[in-house]
Amino acid sequence: MQALTSRAKPVERKPMTIVERLYLWNIFKGMMITLKHVFKKKATINYPEQTRPFSPVFRGLHVLNRDEEGRERCTACGLCAVACPAEAITMEAAERKAGEENLYREEKYAARYEINMLRCIFCGLCEEACPKDAIYLSETFAPANYQRKGFIYGKPDLLIPDPKENPEEYKQALGNRANKEQQAN
Amino acid sequence: MNKVDFYNMYSTLLAFDWLFLIEKLVLIIGIVSVSLGIAMYETWAERKVAAVMQDRRGPNRAGPLGLLQPLADGLKLFMKEEIIPNTSNRMLFILGPCLAMLAAMMTSAVIPWGGKIDFFGREVSLQIADINIGILYIFAVVSMGIYGIMIGGWASNNKFSLMAALRGASQVISYELPMGLSLIALLMLTGSLKMSDIVGGQIDGVWNVVYQPLGFLIFLICAFAECNRTPFDLPEAENELNFGYHQEYSSMKLGFYLFAEYINMFISSAVMATLFFGGYDIPFVNDAQLTEKIGLNWMALLQGGALFAKVVAFILLFMWVRWTIPRFRYDQLMHLGWKRLVPLALINMIVTAAVVLWLKK
Repeated sequence: MQALTSRAKPVERKPMTIVERLYLWNIFKGMMITLKHVFKKKATINYPEQTRPFSPVFRGLHVLNRDEEGRERCTACGLCAVACPAEAITMEAAERKAGEENLYREEKYAARYEINMLRCIFCGLCEEACPKDAIYLSETFAPANYQRKGFIYGKPDLLIPDPKENPEEYKQALGNRANKEQQAN
Repeated sequence: MNKVDFYNMYSTLLAFDWLFLIEKLVLIIGIVSVSLGIAMYETWAERKVAAVMQDRRGPNRAGPLGLLQPLADGLKLFMKEEIIPNTSNRMLFILGPCLAMLAAMMTSAVIPWGGKIDFFGREVSLQIADINIGILYIFAVVSMGIYGIMIGGWASNNKFSLMAALRGASQVISYELPMGLSLIALLMLTGSLKMSDIVGGQIDGVWNVVYQPLGFLIFLICAFAECNRTPFDLPEAENELNFGYHQEYSSMKLGFYLFAEYINMFISSAVMATLFFGGYDIPFVNDAQLTEKIGLNWMALLQGGALFAKVVAFILLFMWVRWTIPRFRYDQLMHLGWKRLVPLALINMIVTAAVVLWLKK
């Protein structure tokens, strides 16, 4: 039979030597191995105090973006929902009334925008599909919840804080990646 | 009560050595609480040792270094629901963990924890009972420990528990034999069953382990088996008997079983230190000279410290082995006990006897 990898090792079928059959020496050897591990670097990351650095392509929870004036970018075109392979996104569109120009950037906006985080596979296709730069994946983890309905994120959960009212929280929500992008621009 | 009766009673009460009783009571309370405290921190140490050997950190959330973890674990055990199975034998079910705990605690009575202390002119020995059959007493109590396992397994009315308890019983009985045989060789050298004599013989002399390395090795292996520690923890083999003899136990009754195991470990470490490693003897120090220099009390403290250092070393050895090697198969265990250790112990005994005879001539 041909070996699948070059790492395969043939099994040793030699009869055990007298030292091996005594077993004590081998126990001692094993104990030395565990002793060595006492002095090794710990693999643990103390989670709340330390966090793992994310890779630059990490995809966390979604954020609905606003523009510089704090207006929602989303026009409820539905391209993200179409692009979504898990069919996690649903939305309802509405028309912008007079006087709401400071709230929504375009004439059409999403009155309801929901992402079912239980279905979402964090593939990032919605981010790629969006022509208005309205949705992107941030660097936050998906948090736990006790009920299924808690995982259906509506607009209040998704919308990024207003850059005019809460510039600090806005920056935080953008995360490192977005900050870098802005700097590059 | 007339006057004569009163004086009779009075003289009887006077005839008691009350100070002696109080002294022993204080000693008992002290040693029991020390064993409990050590057992508590053994659970913590076990987890820490396991963690560092597996490149992890272990408990570090409750208190500094996780030192409050045993308290949290204990509280959790107390808070848990206590379930006694319907079909179990209720009395035996409760008796099981009590017996396990009792047997574990009783062994400590004959271990000398240090020399004498001077308490306001009264010399108090740091040993609860200095009986002249000390080792026999230990053997008697240790073999009683199996009742805890056996009764627990039987009373649970569960096939797995019963099987595990049977395994445990046969294991302890099998390993008691080479343990005793290996000790006979030791007793030939010391010529006494009294624990204080055995320690006394090693103080300022050579530790018994030098004369009896093979005997010590056999005793060590048997001690592992008697304490049901890995690699001999067959009574609680979770992956083959889904948890063994304490499967039906919950809350503090389970806690008692686990605790008894840790106390056993502590006590058997103390026994090994006493029999083979000089007990409370401080190595490389002339104890008698030092006593004259610093006084009885400080000496007793130092001696107690020396014994505890040895005990801690043994406990760490127990844990180190546990997290290194896997569990034996049951037939391997029996094979090792009966076909390897018993003959080895017999040979050791005969050789020692021959040497002792030859030297005496």
